[in-house]
Amino acid sequence: MESWRRHPLVFWLINLPPTLWLVVFFLLPLSIIWVFSFGEKEGVIGINVTWTLANYVRAFDPLYLEIFTKSFWFAGITTFLCLVIGFPIAIFITFSPARWRPVLLLLIILPFWTNLLIRTYALIAVLRMRGYVNFTLEWFWEKANGVLLFLGLDNVALLGERFQPLELLYNNTAVVIGLVYVHLPFMVLPLYAALDRMDKSYLEASLDLGAGQFRTFFAVTVPLAKAGIISGLIITFIPALGSFLTPDLLGGTDSQMIANVIERQFKSANDWPFGAALSYLLMYITFFALAIRALMARGTSAMEAA
Amino acid sequence: MAARGLFKRRLGPLDYSRRWSLQLVFLASLVFLYVPILTLIAFSFNDSRRNIVWRGFTLKYYEKALGNSSLMEAFANSLTIALISTVISVILGAMVAILLWRFRFPGKAPLEGAMSLPIVIPEICMGVAMLAFFARIGWPTDLPWPLNLGAITIAHISFSFPFAAMVIRARLANFNRELEEAAKDLGASEWQTFRDILIPYMKPGLLAGGLLAFTLSLDDFVITFFTSGPDTVTFPVKVYSMVRFSVTPEVNAASTVLIVVTILLTTIAMWMQGRSEK
Amino acid sequence: MPDNDVMISIKEVTKRFGNTVTAVDQVSIDIRPGEFFALLGPSGCGKTTLLRMIAGFELPSAGQILIDGQDMEGIAPNHRPINMVFQSYAVFPHMSVFDNVAYGLKVSGVPRAEIGPRVEESLDLVKLAGYGPRMPDQLSGGQRQRVALARALVKRPKVLLLDEPLSALDAKLREAMQLELVRLQHTVGITFIVVTHDQKEALSMANRIAVMEEGQVRQLASPAELYEAPNCRFVADFIGKTNLLQGRVGGLSGAQVLVQVEGIGPVPLSGDKEMRGEVGVAVRPEKMRLRGDGPAEDEVGIKGRVAEIAYFGEVSFVYLTDAQGRSLSVAVPNHKRTGGGAILTGQDHWCCWRPEDAILLPE
Repeated sequence: MESWRRHPLVFWLINLPPTLWLVVFFLLPLSIIWVFSFGEKEGVIGINVTWTLANYVRAFDPLYLEIFTKSFWFAGITTFLCLVIGFPIAIFITFSPARWRPVLLLLIILPFWTNLLIRTYALIAVLRMRGYVNFTLEWFWEKANGVLLFLGLDNVALLGERFQPLELLYNNTAVVIGLVYVHLPFMVLPLYAALDRMDKSYLEASLDLGAGQFRTFFAVTVPLAKAGIISGLIITFIPALGSFLTPDLLGGTDSQMIANVIERQFKSANDWPFGAALSYLLMYITFFALAIRALMARGTSAMEAA
Repeated sequence: MAARGLFKRRLGPLDYSRRWSLQLVFLASLVFLYVPILTLIAFSFNDSRRNIVWRGFTLKYYEKALGNSSLMEAFANSLTIALISTVISVILGAMVAILLWRFRFPGKAPLEGAMSLPIVIPEICMGVAMLAFFARIGWPTDLPWPLNLGAITIAHISFSFPFAAMVIRARLANFNRELEEAAKDLGASEWQTFRDILIPYMKPGLLAGGLLAFTLSLDDFVITFFTSGPDTVTFPVKVYSMVRFSVTPEVNAASTVLIVVTILLTTIAMWMQGRSEK
Repeated sequence: MPDNDVMISIKEVTKRFGNTVTAVDQVSIDIRPGEFFALLGPSGCGKTTLLRMIAGFELPSAGQILIDGQDMEGIAPNHRPINMVFQSYAVFPHMSVFDNVAYGLKVSGVPRAEIGPRVEESLDLVKLAGYGPRMPDQLSGGQRQRVALARALVKRPKVLLLDEPLSALDAKLREAMQLELVRLQHTVGITFIVVTHDQKEALSMANRIAVMEEGQVRQLASPAELYEAPNCRFVADFIGKTNLLQGRVGGLSGAQVLVQVEGIGPVPLSGDKEMRGEVGVAVRPEKMRLRGDGPAEDEVGIKGRVAEIAYFGEVSFVYLTDAQGRSLSVAVPNHKRTGGGAILTGQDHWCCWRPEDAILLPE
């Protein structure tokens, strides 16, 4: 690391292009909607910046408050499910033979490289009424019915007259399934990184001192992987909270999340100031979550140094 | 003791990868992650519109997709945007990486923070910001191809280059500065050292950063959705409008092509990266 | 019926990793109660794997391990009457010293009232009284090791396992800790098994040592026996310095074997009279003397030219090359501050030793 003064020319040459790009094509757009968020709609496309707080106040309308709550609820359940599924996966990979680990990790990450829209679309094909899940269930239903017929129990109609396909799509469950489907790798990666870094003799020491597997998991593994767990929770929660595509394509009319409301303000409802205010609220929540993560990381880094 | 003898433990205490419960979770997760994608690919070859029962192998949906000019146009747009965005993102990303790695300067921490903003803020916020920005500055919408893709490309670069910078910087962090000093000790100038030592060392990072930028660009739907116009439809935006109506084998076919392209590129990049690290 | 003279019985234990690597190959060892036992060998000899099998972290591919007469087959590490001090100490970084030491008592349901006094007692034993509230990152490496010791001993195990306990300490501390471990073992009176690659460490601490190579025990004996009567070239070479000369059995002379060594002639040596053909003759450097005018009456010797002299403080090692090109080293004690009659490189000297100080080794 050297002072920029030693090579001012090189410094400015590599500093200016990215910094200017960031200012003009990123910070400026964000500033524009920040200003818009204090404006009032005027006519069809006009915006009159009056520095009003009305847009922010409106976000606390019961109608929108409910959507915020719902978004938190969806993102929270998703994060929790990802943790519950992701932890065993991370443990499994960490304790696999070294030469298999990269392959196993790649298997979990690879779907992540596939287009989000295509993955969501693939999920629709699986979950819809005439989709593969229902098709498989129907097959089992018919087989089970066949067995009942064979046993002479068909007249009891134990399984109903006809197969009733499950409504798996266009509801809240579909949104959560979709969110877990998309965000699982976000959770597995930091968990794996934390477990992989951990000295395995801590676990052995705990077992050696008489603790069982569950005791060891909660008294040693979890506290030592704390930084990774918090990281995983937050980097799963943030994108899940701001999800647009998943609720849009998999959700029903009552499973809209914040991002869907924002999109509507900028497209069909054409109320940019309100949409801008909602965007900033979403960003503030994100920053808050990141701040928690940074704070927690500071607390644990001292411990990990030991 | 007798019971222990009967149920002989064949697993060591930390052989978690050989416990059936964990194997089951892992396997179930793979099924969950892969079955949708694999069925999508499989049924793009299925000779039935109903997409459910296998009726035999066919390539006709690929022909149909190829014949669908608006789909192909969207595909071409996506690839064009991804290519331009990748090149510029890698250059800007490398500059940021070297800047933050090499120099001490006032305002470094705020710059670092600002550079990570595009990575952390929700896509939807960035999408609407871009929409408002291009509308406000009156970005022309009637330019000829490929200039009409400018707005989308700019937006893609804005969210890609900080990612590229992150990857390249991670590579630089492991650079042994004594190599640079050795080159200078042997008489190389600043520029020669940069060209002969640092750039070759950065190559895997540049490659990985480029790959990431390319995939991010191809993958992006939300931000593109807000910056694209009626004449500048990208592949994800096109698929989005098609999916709204129904699940069709043409979309399966086109999606399969995109999946194969991405996986192929990833594999090539990883292979090259592996080679350059030897 | 537990055998009172055996604390740990290792019977024909084999450990294979995959199909190709045999880390431990049919090892049988009996370790007595109250013994300070060392597993010594170069890295990769299987000593750590053997220790980890006793602890229960690895499962034997074949064979049996009994602790105090009880078969350990199928018994998880947390149910074995042994405790371990890990090479990295594995002192839990998120717990205070007190909580670290108390952990093993808590998880095995020792009444709360009993925990405090026992932890204090154990910390006292390792001279860390008053360190309870500290966190591990506030301790030095040596103190962390003491915490690991206290944490293991507080459980009053039948056997304490130590995996390379001194390897992370600096030279000065290592020597002090060797004595400390011996003192501790006398105080608590339980069996200690230590794994080490450092022969000095093993010789100074242990009652008995098993020298391992390639998964097998080459020799199991007391330190003095290992040094003075190694049973094979590997042990002779691994423990201490040695001059290994090639010889050939020429016949018997009374109770002794006559060995033909090139450049010396027949040398009578005590050893296995069944040995035939090529043999090794090992002489420790400190058993040799340098003489300018040939061997004394009761000695044999080889004439060589001084190639190099290495000064070690209390002794100097003089390296000579003889007419056959063999390299010999002789330890010359530095009795006086000013070396009278100093040896110089390029001079010719006789390396002389009494035949009974040489060791006969099988090929």
